[in-house]
Amino acid sequence: MIEINKLHKSYYMGSSSLHVLKGIDFNVEDGELVAIMGSSGSGKSTLLNILGMLDNADDGTYDLDKIRIENLDEKTAAEYRNKFLGFVFQSFNLITYKNALENVALPLYYQGIPRKERQKTALSFLEKVGLKDWATHLPSELSGGQKQRVAIARALASNPKVLLADEPTGALDSNTSIEVMALIQKINNEGKTILVVTHEHDIAKMCKRIVHLRDGVIVEDKKIKQNIIKNV
Amino acid sequence: MFNIERWKEIFQSIQKNKLRTVLSGTTVSLGILIFIVLFGLGEGLKNSYSDLFLRQANNVLFLYPGKTTKPYGGFKTNRRIEFDNSDISDIKNNFSDRVELINPTIRYGDVIKYKLESYDFSIQAVSPSNQYIEGNVLMKGRYINQKDIDTKSKVVVIGRLVARDIFKTEDPIGKFINIGSRTYKVVGVFQDLDGDNQESFLYLPYTTRQQILMGSDKVGNIAITFNDKLGGSGAIKLENEIKTFLKKKKSIDPTDPSAIRTRNVADELDRSMQFAGALQVIVAFVGIGTLIAGIIGISNIMVFIVKERTKELGVRKALGAKPSEIIKMILTESIFITSLSGFLGMVIGIIFLNTIDKGLQEYFITRPEVGIGTALFATLVLIIFGVIAGYIPAKRAAEIKPIVALNDE
Repeated sequence: MIEINKLHKSYYMGSSSLHVLKGIDFNVEDGELVAIMGSSGSGKSTLLNILGMLDNADDGTYDLDKIRIENLDEKTAAEYRNKFLGFVFQSFNLITYKNALENVALPLYYQGIPRKERQKTALSFLEKVGLKDWATHLPSELSGGQKQRVAIARALASNPKVLLADEPTGALDSNTSIEVMALIQKINNEGKTILVVTHEHDIAKMCKRIVHLRDGVIVEDKKIKQNIIKNV
Repeated sequence: MFNIERWKEIFQSIQKNKLRTVLSGTTVSLGILIFIVLFGLGEGLKNSYSDLFLRQANNVLFLYPGKTTKPYGGFKTNRRIEFDNSDISDIKNNFSDRVELINPTIRYGDVIKYKLESYDFSIQAVSPSNQYIEGNVLMKGRYINQKDIDTKSKVVVIGRLVARDIFKTEDPIGKFINIGSRTYKVVGVFQDLDGDNQESFLYLPYTTRQQILMGSDKVGNIAITFNDKLGGSGAIKLENEIKTFLKKKKSIDPTDPSAIRTRNVADELDRSMQFAGALQVIVAFVGIGTLIAGIIGISNIMVFIVKERTKELGVRKALGAKPSEIIKMILTESIFITSLSGFLGMVIGIIFLNTIDKGLQEYFITRPEVGIGTALFATLVLIIFGVIAGYIPAKRAAEIKPIVALNDE
């Protein structure tokens, strides 16, 4: 699903530069649930942003579902993001003046799907994350866990090939974190490829594979025995 | 533009961000409102000036005979100049291309009597052209006509106040009054919008007066009307040519300033209208300043709006919004708010001008108004600049990398 070769990325701040990714080789198969770990500054978020086409690499190749991702203009990038990728952010990034249903329906709006169908699809995804009854609530009326579940529903709404989650539990307490991870496991079990960036070991252990980044290089990449959450 | 889905997005954004909407809307409304009110007041000032002059004919040139102040052609200084009938025909013949009417007038005083009562009013012997030049409006009967001039008939037309004082409730037409030792038949009553003074006149044929003065051919002043198309400079040229012609004819030093004096209504009107015009330019300048202030206001608000929404735009881009979608969204919103509040400001401004219409007469402002064309133009200018003001930050926002926008706090 994802193939990355010799990926490099530097950030420039005035005269000094920061080499963040120093040649990453990394493949993800269909249906995997991968945790990308590393301390802050290890380059894990940068990697995720490049995978998410939110940021561009300086060097190296990136293929997503056998499509070469390079030199994208903003328009094409937007189309690819909409079609191929779903994002879950640490800070949820829900649009504050839209209710849960409208937030979930937004990617469908950008796909040009008619309003009725959009709402129907959005509602079915809200149901999937267990928030059907909260459809008309604004984000400010939801708890952190509920917000993240709405964000996950929104990420799934456009039926993407890959779900990218950047510290999805970073702003949640441990019980809520487990709830959210259970949802991610459930979605993964239905066949969705998911990448989770985290710095928490117990969160990483709920995935099927852990990739360790340190100072811009992969230092460890192993399949693990998944810690499956039950009885949530 | 007519994508219903986008409009729904926009209405939601407007509804959920009322403060922002009201803030930018008020700036635009106020800009247009102030512009229209100022412009209307300027127009009212100009109207007052026009009204002052337009009630009498303004293509008129008055010639007054005076006394020479310089010796010339064998004549001593301090010679009294007089106009006579030959001057009238000479002007008629030599300037027929531009001169239309000629009105010789002889002003004099004499006792006016009707049924043993005496009255004191201004008496003037004139030609039929006097009606047009003075702007007299007939109420009853007829004015002095060419036949009266030719036959030197003893008829008189009287002003409204003269009729009221002498005849009270009687019908003056057909009655006889005495002026000096002669008897005249009243043939007409006129009114004059320029006021009481103008309505206290008695007019009789100038040839009648000349006959009474033992067949004199002298006249007092001469008023001349000329072709409207001459314009201000053409009128002044004609004035100088006639003056030069008469001075030559009467052997007056060409540089003598007071032998023949003139008054040119067109010139006076021109100068007053120039003053009013200059006032309106100043007012328009202030108005345009307000518009510019309005435009700067919208620009600031648009920058602020885009800045405030950077993160939201980042989220939208991460979810698949194309840059063009982002620009269209912000622009349509900005156009919608500017148009709506622009037209609102325009309508309020026009209503305001109509409301104060009557109240400002004493401040020399008559019929303050703004042409619908000007009002629409100003509104359109503001909308266009609102679009430009919105476009620049919108484009910048659309070009920000989503990752930068997402990290914006």
